[in-house]
Amino acid sequence: MNHAELRPEKEFVQVHCATVRFAGDSGDGMQLAGSQFADIASMVGNVVCTLPDFPSEIRAPAGSLGGVSGFQLSFADYEVHTPGDLPYVLVAMNPAALKVNLRDLQPGGIVIVNEDEFNEINLAKAAYAANPLADGTLDAYRIIPVPMTRLNEEAVKDTGLSRKDAARCKNFFALGLALWLYDRPLQPVLEWLMKKFRTKREVMAADGASLRAGYDYADTAELLRIHFSVAPAQLPKGLYRRVTGNEAAALGLVAGAHRAGRTLVYASYPITPASEILHELSKYKEYDVRTIQTEDEIAACVAALGASFGGAIGATGTSGPGLSLKAEGLGLAVMTELPMVVVDVQRAGPSTGLPTKTEQSDLLMAMHGRHGDCPMAVLAAATPADCFRMAFEAVRLATKYMTPVLLLSDSFLANGTEPWRVLSPDDLPDLRSGAIPSKADFAPYRRDPQTLARPWVAPGTPDLEHRIGGLEKEDVSGAVSYDGPNHQRMVFLRAEKIARIAQDIPLAEVSGPAEGELLVIGWGSSYGAIAAAVEEARDTGLRIAHLHLRHLNPFPSNLGSLLTKYQRVLVPENNMGHLCSLLRDRYLVDAVKLSGLEGRPFRVREIREKINQMVGGAPR
Amino acid sequence: MNIQSSEGCGCSVSEEPRRPLTRKDFQSPQEVKWCPGCGGYGILSQVQNVLPKLGIPRENLVFVSGIGCSSRFPYYMNTYGIHSIHGRAPAVALGLKCARPDLSVWVVTGDGDSFSIGTNHMVHCLRRNLDINILLFNNQIYGLTKGQYSPTSEFGKKTKSSPLGTIEQPIHPVQIALAAEATFVARAVFSDQAHLGQVIEAAARHKGTSFVEILQNCLVFNDGAFDSFTDRAVRDENRILLEHGKPIRFGAGGRRGVMIRDMQPRLVTIGEDGVREEDLLVHDAHSSSRALESLLASLEPPEFPVALGIFRQVERPTYDDLLMAQIDAAVAKNGRGQLPRLLSGGTTWWVD
Repeated sequence: MNHAELRPEKEFVQVHCATVRFAGDSGDGMQLAGSQFADIASMVGNVVCTLPDFPSEIRAPAGSLGGVSGFQLSFADYEVHTPGDLPYVLVAMNPAALKVNLRDLQPGGIVIVNEDEFNEINLAKAAYAANPLADGTLDAYRIIPVPMTRLNEEAVKDTGLSRKDAARCKNFFALGLALWLYDRPLQPVLEWLMKKFRTKREVMAADGASLRAGYDYADTAELLRIHFSVAPAQLPKGLYRRVTGNEAAALGLVAGAHRAGRTLVYASYPITPASEILHELSKYKEYDVRTIQTEDEIAACVAALGASFGGAIGATGTSGPGLSLKAEGLGLAVMTELPMVVVDVQRAGPSTGLPTKTEQSDLLMAMHGRHGDCPMAVLAAATPADCFRMAFEAVRLATKYMTPVLLLSDSFLANGTEPWRVLSPDDLPDLRSGAIPSKADFAPYRRDPQTLARPWVAPGTPDLEHRIGGLEKEDVSGAVSYDGPNHQRMVFLRAEKIARIAQDIPLAEVSGPAEGELLVIGWGSSYGAIAAAVEEARDTGLRIAHLHLRHLNPFPSNLGSLLTKYQRVLVPENNMGHLCSLLRDRYLVDAVKLSGLEGRPFRVREIREKINQMVGGAPR
Repeated sequence: MNIQSSEGCGCSVSEEPRRPLTRKDFQSPQEVKWCPGCGGYGILSQVQNVLPKLGIPRENLVFVSGIGCSSRFPYYMNTYGIHSIHGRAPAVALGLKCARPDLSVWVVTGDGDSFSIGTNHMVHCLRRNLDINILLFNNQIYGLTKGQYSPTSEFGKKTKSSPLGTIEQPIHPVQIALAAEATFVARAVFSDQAHLGQVIEAAARHKGTSFVEILQNCLVFNDGAFDSFTDRAVRDENRILLEHGKPIRFGAGGRRGVMIRDMQPRLVTIGEDGVREEDLLVHDAHSSSRALESLLASLEPPEFPVALGIFRQVERPTYDDLLMAQIDAAVAKNGRGQLPRLLSGGTTWWVD
C-alpha cells in the first residue's frame, strides 16, 4: 500500500489507499464497527471495498481462536478493486484476535490492541505462552496498547446500562480510535445511532459516548503523533448508496419484476450465505414482493417454478448444498420452459464445507449439475454492486427466453460492500412480454422464430387452457410424446434456445491491449484481485489483458477469437479449475489455471506471482 | 373462492357473459391411459361432475400433480395443469397460489408421491392452510413402477420388493393430516360415487387446505384391497359414514355404533347390554380438539369398520390470505412501492 509516503515529522499524512482490519470475538460487534467505518469512508467520497470474515459458530467460546470475527476494508482516492491484500492497521480486541490476524499484517503496520483483555485467561485461550505485548514478539510492528475495556466502562457509566450491556459498547470505542486515525468525521455515526436506536435511547447514548471517548482518547493521548488522510476519489456525480452483494441481488430481482410488470415471488430456505436475500426481499412487501420461507430447498425451487407458471417472476436463492437439492426442480424448469431465477451464493464445499467462507466451486454444477441434457443460462456477478445488474439481467433472459437462469454470487460478494451509484428506473430496459397469442395461433410449444422461446400463458387466460409437465413434449403442440426422433429434436431445440442467448448479450471486452503475451480470464468475485494484478503487471511493461466473464452459459460469441490473440491464457479461480476446463474443452486453448482454495478471495500478490511466473516479468 | 384481479400476471380476462359449464367442458382431448378398471376413472368422473357446480371459470382452475399413476390426472382435465416432479406438487401449488390467489388450485397425488418422497411438503402444506384442494389417491401400492409396497401398504404385505412381507408399519394419511393441523380432512372410497362426489364438493367449497384421502383400487397390483367395505354385500357392516353432529352408527339399519370406554373405542349394538342411541359417540367435525377425529381415523378393518366422510372441517385464516393481507397493509401504510424509492433507499450520499 501507499503508506511508504509516510513522513514522521508531519502530523498529517496523505495516503492514497488504506487497509484496516477490525478483529475481535464474534460477539464483539466487529462487523458493525467495520461496516460503519466503511459507510463513513464512502460518505466522504472514498472508494471502499470490504471483506467481512466471520466464523460459522454464532457465539464460539469467548476469547477462543475459533471465535474470532474480522472485518477488513480498503478505502482509497482512486478506483480500488479489492479489500486489500494485507492490512496496515489491525484493531485487535483480544489476544485471540491478535494471534489469528497478525500474520496478515503488513510489516511495520500498526496494531491497536485492547490491552485490558490481555490477561492470563485470555492469553491461555489464545495459546500464548507469554504476553506478546511484553515479550518482544511484536517488535516488527507499531503496537498501541489502549485500555479499551476500562476507558469504555468509564465513558458509559452514566448512561444507566448494565455492566454487561456497557461492555458491549466497546466496539464503538475502537471505531472512534480508527476514525481519529484516518481523520474521518464522527457525526454520521452519531446520526446513524440516533436513527437505529430511536427507541433505545440509553443504548444510543452509550454507543455515542463510547465512540466520542475513543476518538478523544486518540486525539489527546497522541497515540501516534500522526494520523492519515485519504482524499476523496473522483467519482461520477450522483446519489450513492452502500450495498452488499445480497442486497444488490435482491434489488435487482425487484427491479426486474417491476420492469417486467409482474409480481416477484421469492421462495427460499435459509442457508448461509444466501439468507440475506430472503431477509431483504421480505421487507419489500409494498413492492408486491411475495416471499415464502419454504420447508426445504426443493420446495423453494419448485414453488418458484409454480409462481412462474402462474405468471409471476419466480425466483429462489441458495448456496451449494441447496443447489444440489434443487437439481431435479431445475430439470423440470428446463423441460417446462418456464422463466425462473436461481441465485447461488457459493461457499466453500463440498458438503457443509466452510459455510462462512468464500469459494467459486459451483460453476461446473451450474453448467452440468442436472440429469439429462439440461442446459440453462448461467451468469456471474463480479462485484457486490454488480449483483444488481446481473440479477436484473437474469430476469431479462429468463423471461425473454423462457428458461431458468442461474446467477452465481459468492460469500465474498454477498457480504462485501461497495458504493453503488443509484440508477434511475429509466436506465433499465422494459422487460414486458409480448402479447398473448390468439386461440388460433396458440400452441404451448410453438416457438418464437428468433429466440425459440415458447409462449408464456398463465392460468386465468381464457380459451388457452393447457397442460405442461416433466414428460417430453411433442414439438409445437406440447402434447406428451414418447417418440424418439421428436425427443432428439426437442433436446436440440432446448440447447439451441440457450445458445441463441449469445446473440443477445454484450461481446466480451478485454481491459488492456487487444493482443499480447497474456490474457487473464476470470469470473465472479475474483474481479478486483485480477484487475489490480493485471494493472500492476501492465505498469511494468507487460502486454497483459484482463477479461472478466459475466455470461458463462452461453459464452459471449467472440470469446473464442479473443483467446487466439494472446500467447498464453491464465484462469485464476477459487476452485480446482472449472472455467479453465470449460475454456479448454470449448476452444481447445491451452489455458493455465490458478486455484485459490483457502476460503478467502485471491490476494493481488498471488495472481501477480503467477503472472510473473508465466510471462517472466520482474516483480516490482 | 377468492377471485382477485389478475393484473400483473400477463393474462387477460374476457368480459363476455359465459354459458354455464358442464362436465364435458372439463374433459380433455387426451386419451385416458389408466388401466381398464382402475379406480382413477371414477375419481376423474366425480371431479368433472363437481367442477361445473362451483361456478369457477375454467381458465381459473389449475391441477397440479407429482409423479405416479394418479399424477397423470392433469392431462385428463381440460383446465390449466402442471405435471411436476415426484412428491413436490404441494410445493408447486404453494408458489402458484401465492402468485395467483385468484386461482382454484388442486393437487392430485398418490400414496407414494405424498407420503413417501413428498411427506415433507404435504405436512407443511397442511399446516400452512394454503387455500387449495388435495386429492390423495391411496391404492396402497406402487403402480407405475409395477408393484412395490408403498408407505400405506399393510404390515407384512408381500410384493415384488417384499417377497417375505413388509417389515414396516404403514403411515396413516388422515392421522398425519390431522396432526398437521389441516382444516379439512376427509376420506372417501372410489367405488361409492355419490359419496365421493359429495366429499369432493365439500372439499372444493372449504376455504383452506382440503385434504381428501380417496381409497382407490389398483386392479393390477393390489386388487381387492378395500373389498371389505366396498362390496355391496358386506360394506354396511364395515364402514361408518360420518355426519357432523350425528351419533356414529353403522350396519344394517344403523343398529350398531361406536362408544368410548376406558379411552378405547368399542363397537356396540343398540338395544344390547342396555346401550341406547344417546350413549353413542357423536361426530364433531368442528371440534377444537383433534382427539375424536384422530380416534375415528384410527378405526381399521378387520377389528373395526372404516370411517368415511369428513373428519374435520374448521375455519382458520389461509396462508394466501395472510400473505396478501401483509402486502395490502404495507401498501396502505407506505404507498404502492415504486422503483425510484426502492433504489434510493438505505444509506445514501451525494457525490458532487
